[in-house]
Amino acid sequence: MAKQRRALPGFGLSLGVTLAYLGLMVMIPLSTVVWRTAELSLGQFWSTISSDRALASFALSFGAALVAAGINVVMGVIVAWVLTRYEFPGRRILDGIVDLPFALPTAVAGIALAATWAPNGFLGKYLHAIGIEGAYSRLGVIIALTFIGLPFVVRTVQPVLEGLDPRVEEAAAMLGATRLQTIRRVILPALRPAIVTGFALAFARALGEYGSVVFMSGNMPMKTEITPLLIMSKLEQFDYAGATALALVMLVVSFGILVAINGLTWRAAERRQAIRTPAEPAPTAVPPGAASAGGEL
Amino acid sequence: MKGRSRVCTEPVWVRAILMIVALGFLAVFLVLPLGAVLYAAFSKGLDAYIAAVREADTRSAVRLTLLAAGIAVPLNVCFGIAAAWAITRFKFPGKRVLVTIIDLPFAVSPVIAGMLFVLLFGAHGLIGPWLLGHGIKIVFAIPAIVIATSFVTIPFVARELIPALEARGPEQELAALTLGATAWQTFRRVTLPNLRWPLAYGAILCTARAVGEFGAVSVVSGHIRGETNTIPLHVEILYNDFQYQAAFAVATILIGIALATLIGKSFIEWHAGRGRPSH
Repeated sequence: MAKQRRALPGFGLSLGVTLAYLGLMVMIPLSTVVWRTAELSLGQFWSTISSDRALASFALSFGAALVAAGINVVMGVIVAWVLTRYEFPGRRILDGIVDLPFALPTAVAGIALAATWAPNGFLGKYLHAIGIEGAYSRLGVIIALTFIGLPFVVRTVQPVLEGLDPRVEEAAAMLGATRLQTIRRVILPALRPAIVTGFALAFARALGEYGSVVFMSGNMPMKTEITPLLIMSKLEQFDYAGATALALVMLVVSFGILVAINGLTWRAAERRQAIRTPAEPAPTAVPPGAASAGGEL
Repeated sequence: MKGRSRVCTEPVWVRAILMIVALGFLAVFLVLPLGAVLYAAFSKGLDAYIAAVREADTRSAVRLTLLAAGIAVPLNVCFGIAAAWAITRFKFPGKRVLVTIIDLPFAVSPVIAGMLFVLLFGAHGLIGPWLLGHGIKIVFAIPAIVIATSFVTIPFVARELIPALEARGPEQELAALTLGATAWQTFRRVTLPNLRWPLAYGAILCTARAVGEFGAVSVVSGHIRGETNTIPLHVEILYNDFQYQAAFAVATILIGIALATLIGKSFIEWHAGRGRPSH
């Protein structure tokens, strides 16, 4: 096998181009973070990332990303369920629109959400009347992060729901399970890996999000300032060391999530490989988009 | 519910509730915000809309966005082809690490992505002072916008091509080579035609992100009106200037591109047989 593969040309060229491009575009720029942080003493580094303003921004960024990803798990499973199981007019259009947050520039998402949720906005004015601020508040951050994370859970759960063998559900029903028991004991366990992956993708994306949040949060330090915005304001004050220290924390967390997601994906692929029987041959072609079940982080 | 037995579906009232919840959620979070933008864009009539879209600063923002996307997308298409070929056709140590590095730009916050290039090329950066000494300005100028755009769009094409090439296997290429085709002929006549749909899919997603990138470009651009503003940055400036109608009008250009992206994406999914089967 290995010998046969070597028969193909272009190993040196393709790997060389790949390594050179990634080296220049990704690895050298990323290494500057380490170089900048090394200029700080451990004490300075610690005081930067444990200042009240930094801690408040971490709490908001992580907390809001967690809440938004949680909302997306619940709503995403329901949306995926309705899109795959029920027949209604406009289903295909709706199915296409789910990807809108991937395609829509984040700045446009931000002003669109502000126009909807601000005190004078379409929905915001009703919320404002009963004393709830939909924009320029922590709720605004959560709304923005929910919007941009919306497709992830839907798009990871949907293919699994489509692939479920209806005979399994029929068997459960024949054996006396109620519909609720079938969903809880048969369907949900099958969806769990996809839900976890979708949650992680939505959380990771929400953690780094900037464009939509700046228009929706009001950007008040200590209250509605997310970490990427704090990094931005430190850069604007030419406090590069401080910005880098915060960025390093974010990078370590995002990198951890990325490794976990890739680990989950590989494990799921290996499991599929393992349970594939000879009667059910490997699919010969992977349709476009199958890889980016969650799409762009 | 064709093809689905009665025991395998929910009572009518459960179905109704689930559909109302799902459709209501999508309506409030996706359709309503889009409607709000269109409403605001045309709130002062068609003439004001056209004036905002044809204004000189808007046109220069469109030009810069096209330039950045025009460089970033072909660059990442070439990279994606090379990376997918190396990863799927040869065995070498560290392959999984390489795949993870390709995904890194997705995991990095856009603001941090922009910051990387300020740290590298800025006036106080690693090689910035040397470059400035030779009269080369990268940050707060057009080159950094192109570089930052390329960085955030690196994974799109490679992520589509790797599974597509993996699934196909090397048999066709080996057959072509055995029959006497040169490496270049094999690539052009066998590999590339097989990859056209995933390639188009990746390129469409890559273009959408390149056109719409905000955070990374915002850090490196310097926000010079008519010079280093892309369309999303121009929207932000107008919005912060309280020129709401103009901001929303320019935003409709980006909404148009986003909707075109979704249509292109659906078209490829349908054409490549990915269309979701109805139950």
